[in-house]
Amino acid sequence: MTRKRKYNWRRCLPFYLMALPALIYIFINNYIPMFGIVIAFKNYKVTKGIFGSDWCGLDNFQFLFRSPDAFNITKNTILYNFAFIVIGTVCAIFVAILLNAVKSKVSRNIFQTLILLPYLVSIIVVSYVVYAFLSPANGFINTNLLGGLGKAPVSWYEEAKYWPFILVFVNVWKSFGYNSIIYVATIAGFDNSMYEAAAVDGATTWQQIKRITMPCLKPTIITLTLMSVGRVFFSDFGLFYQVTMNSGALIDATGTIDTYVYRGLMERGNIGMSAAAGFYQSLVGFVLILAANGITRKLSKDNALF
Amino acid sequence: MVESKKMKILAYSVMIVLSVICVVPFLLMISASVTSETSLLVQGYSFWPKEISFGAYEYLFADGVTILRAYGITILVTFIGTSVSLVLTTLLAYSISRKNLPGRNVIAFLVFFAMLFNGGIVPSYIMWNNFFHIKNTLFALIVPNYLVFGFYVIMMRTYFTSNIPEEVLESTRIDGAGEFTILVKMVVPMAVPILATVGMMQAITYWNEWQNGLYYVSDSKLYTIQLILNKMISNADAIKTIATNVSMELPSVSIRMAVAVLGALPIMCIFPFFQKYYVKGITIGAVKG
Repeated sequence: MTRKRKYNWRRCLPFYLMALPALIYIFINNYIPMFGIVIAFKNYKVTKGIFGSDWCGLDNFQFLFRSPDAFNITKNTILYNFAFIVIGTVCAIFVAILLNAVKSKVSRNIFQTLILLPYLVSIIVVSYVVYAFLSPANGFINTNLLGGLGKAPVSWYEEAKYWPFILVFVNVWKSFGYNSIIYVATIAGFDNSMYEAAAVDGATTWQQIKRITMPCLKPTIITLTLMSVGRVFFSDFGLFYQVTMNSGALIDATGTIDTYVYRGLMERGNIGMSAAAGFYQSLVGFVLILAANGITRKLSKDNALF
Repeated sequence: MVESKKMKILAYSVMIVLSVICVVPFLLMISASVTSETSLLVQGYSFWPKEISFGAYEYLFADGVTILRAYGITILVTFIGTSVSLVLTTLLAYSISRKNLPGRNVIAFLVFFAMLFNGGIVPSYIMWNNFFHIKNTLFALIVPNYLVFGFYVIMMRTYFTSNIPEEVLESTRIDGAGEFTILVKMVVPMAVPILATVGMMQAITYWNEWQNGLYYVSDSKLYTIQLILNKMISNADAIKTIATNVSMELPSVSIRMAVAVLGALPIMCIFPFFQKYYVKGITIGAVKG
């Protein structure tokens, strides 16, 4: 018995050694900061460190939730995400159906490469592209479009009311190619004989889409949507920080939890409130992911994440 | 699907329109970067340069160091980051893909839980900064956040379990080969597709990386292309402090677009050749691990 165990241990040792470097990294990068969230309950002083600083109970949270910021950043984060999910999903499915109708492999690859380009460049490059259009003094829209029509220029980076549309547009533009890939693959995997039978019975293309493609896609749509819903408490920091050029006039309309945490930490030096907002995001975000997964599990066990 | 002719025409025309929408904004950026300052001040950024000038690029390359060093650092970070990440991810994924390894589920859970819950940026900023003193080192651009993604570990484990049969490895084991030899000589050659996919995704991540730089790098000698862009976003003059010893006058309107072109172009030129792996990777990733 002991002999066998020893033998097993020796056999397994190389595998544990293989796993070790990455596990150490994950422990440092992901797990140690988890303990650090106690900082949200502390009056953090750099000289005293995280664990040496004095406890302050829920003070940080009181400050956070008494300020109008807490409601505003929560609202922005959730509403933008819902707009991205709804519009993004509709566009992705629409594009996937069209791409599958392109039968030539070469053309399909060309289309797919081109619509993926916005996703591949960094969000900073995207913000420069947006700036080329919106720059108040030299932007294409002000000088060539509005100027050409004889209309007054708009100072885009000062006018909050346009930004929900701009950000939704930029986000969908950047990610519809990427989002459509999974749907393209799913549709390509459908049994073609269903469509052939339908065509023999005289079904039009639209009827085939409505009665075959859409119902067959339903599980994929539900899974992917629920997974995104699980992440509505997290936002793409780059989109809200870089594309708006960190413009102060736009903060009310475009500030999310992630930009709030960043600004608190790096610009305002308000670590306590920043940490409280981060804790709030991690906790609610975690609960939402569990809930979304629970619902997916109920609907179809195979599609649940865990 | 059985398409009518109408559907085919519709599909092609809409896809052409969408492709144009995806590409054209970049053309505005490129065109603006090669337009003369005077023409930009009068006519603004436009899709066709009225008066071609490479002044912005001349400025950027005038001191011969700034942009080349930024490229050098970007390439170095991308290369080291991607390689180290691939090694760590492969080792972990392979070890937990072995069915008879005690504790593999515990390890897999630890990896998985790290994907679902995190401590947020504040504690991790303090940790990297105050305990590891990572500020203004090359490590700052490579190590925090990106080296091991749970998602890629699980994706790779799935590939190993379903594509590398235990029996093949068992026969080599009987011949007395060590586990590391087996991994390098047998498993890795069989895993080229998944390694290419994860490598490609990580390379894009590192090439586009700027958030670590935003938090941990203030020394302009360590700026990558993306970090120069980040510095110039609110103030094009920032390039003056990064590119010292340039006596030319700063073409402040076109220079922004020129740097953006330099940040985007390499990826746009290389990607078409690897598109296949990329698309495949996303499809594999969508299947549950």
